[in-house]
Amino acid sequence: MKIPYYPGCTLHERARDFDVSAKESAKVLGIELEELPIWTCCGAVFPLVTDSVMEILAPVRNLSYASRIGDSVVTLCSFCYNVLKRANKVMRDDADKREKANLFLRADTEAREAIESYTLEDYEGQVEVLHYIEMLRDVVGFDKLRGKVKNKLDGLRVAPYYGCMLLRPKKEMEFDDPEQPTIFEDFLSALGCEAVDFPMKTECCGGFQVVRDEETAISCSQNVAASAIRAGADVIVTTCPLCRYNLDVKQEDIAGRVKDWRKIPIIYFTQLLGIALGIDDEHLDFSDNYVDPRPLLAAKSAS
Amino acid sequence: MRYKLTSELIRDELLERVETLSGQQLLSCYQCGRCSAGCPVVEEMDILPSEVIRRLQLGQLDQVLASRTIWICASCLQCASRCPKGVEFSSICDALRQTVLRRRLSVPTVDADDVTPTMVSDAPQMGVVGALRKLNG
Repeated sequence: MKIPYYPGCTLHERARDFDVSAKESAKVLGIELEELPIWTCCGAVFPLVTDSVMEILAPVRNLSYASRIGDSVVTLCSFCYNVLKRANKVMRDDADKREKANLFLRADTEAREAIESYTLEDYEGQVEVLHYIEMLRDVVGFDKLRGKVKNKLDGLRVAPYYGCMLLRPKKEMEFDDPEQPTIFEDFLSALGCEAVDFPMKTECCGGFQVVRDEETAISCSQNVAASAIRAGADVIVTTCPLCRYNLDVKQEDIAGRVKDWRKIPIIYFTQLLGIALGIDDEHLDFSDNYVDPRPLLAAKSAS
Repeated sequence: MRYKLTSELIRDELLERVETLSGQQLLSCYQCGRCSAGCPVVEEMDILPSEVIRRLQLGQLDQVLASRTIWICASCLQCASRCPKGVEFSSICDALRQTVLRRRLSVPTVDADDVTPTMVSDAPQMGVVGALRKLNG
């Protein structure tokens, strides 16, 4: 079964491990993630001001590309998911912005046709934006997933870190409860892992503020990681490349300033999924992790 | 001495514009402080999120536009998620940033040249793109 897939720019560069582990795992589950033939960056952040049409053009154009090859599009990065889903809702609900955005799309159709043999049609929000974990729950089914697990990670205590972009704003994302989400706990239970509840699971990691001042991200990430460690987690799973960067790479700084800091590996949920499905480490690519999760995962896999 | 109680004195065109841009009603806020209590980056702010809204209610837009606070917000929407009145402080913050950036009231907090080579080579692109779009315009 093929499902249109929007990787976004980070998954083609800094988060190739996320992309490859998701594709390999999907394959085992009988799904081919069909990358959109043409796509661009989604813009990374959704405009919170009411007058911006320009900032939704990139996501709308990508959604429009997706509509050419299917009625849904799967994505992985929390930022992409947030931006695509919110822009899609604008196209469904806001007639004025829909018309303006389509005027822009039409205006560049001719130029694009020449280079891409691709015609854009009006887009009205018809594509369903799915996060990969929603695909696992709604298309594959967590029960079926449970049956496909080859490598039960018994006793592995996993902290599911949601962060902000999947959940908020609730009325637009409609992903899960913004304070007590459970979809990752259900996923972990299907894999046979123990989900560790921790107070900071929906707290922000500092996000893009790391670019303005790394201290902001270090402080936020320390709060999140310390909370998971206190709750007894062995590993934290995430679905956002920026959370992964802030929580993983910044542990070098945290370890330098917090006495006896116990480093905790941060991995993408698709990497854990891959291990559970029996995929080799090399196809899951742990080369980019600052805190190497392999010793821990090997120890738990063997037991 | 006669006093006139009216909102006209403290509501100018620019403040109306902030309300329109953010899509938020400033007077909905009754100062419970949940936005400030739940904000993950509040320690770095010079004016609390709830205080920003209070100052705007009182017409002190200039002070708010000159604050550090509006550049510290990470747009995580925790404030909006917890507000009992449905006010999205993150959106007000975006509107305030846009007001500064579009009117060039000060230089942007993050310039493309400020992004270090290490950040460019190591950080996920979405972080760099997000920061420049939010903090540079």
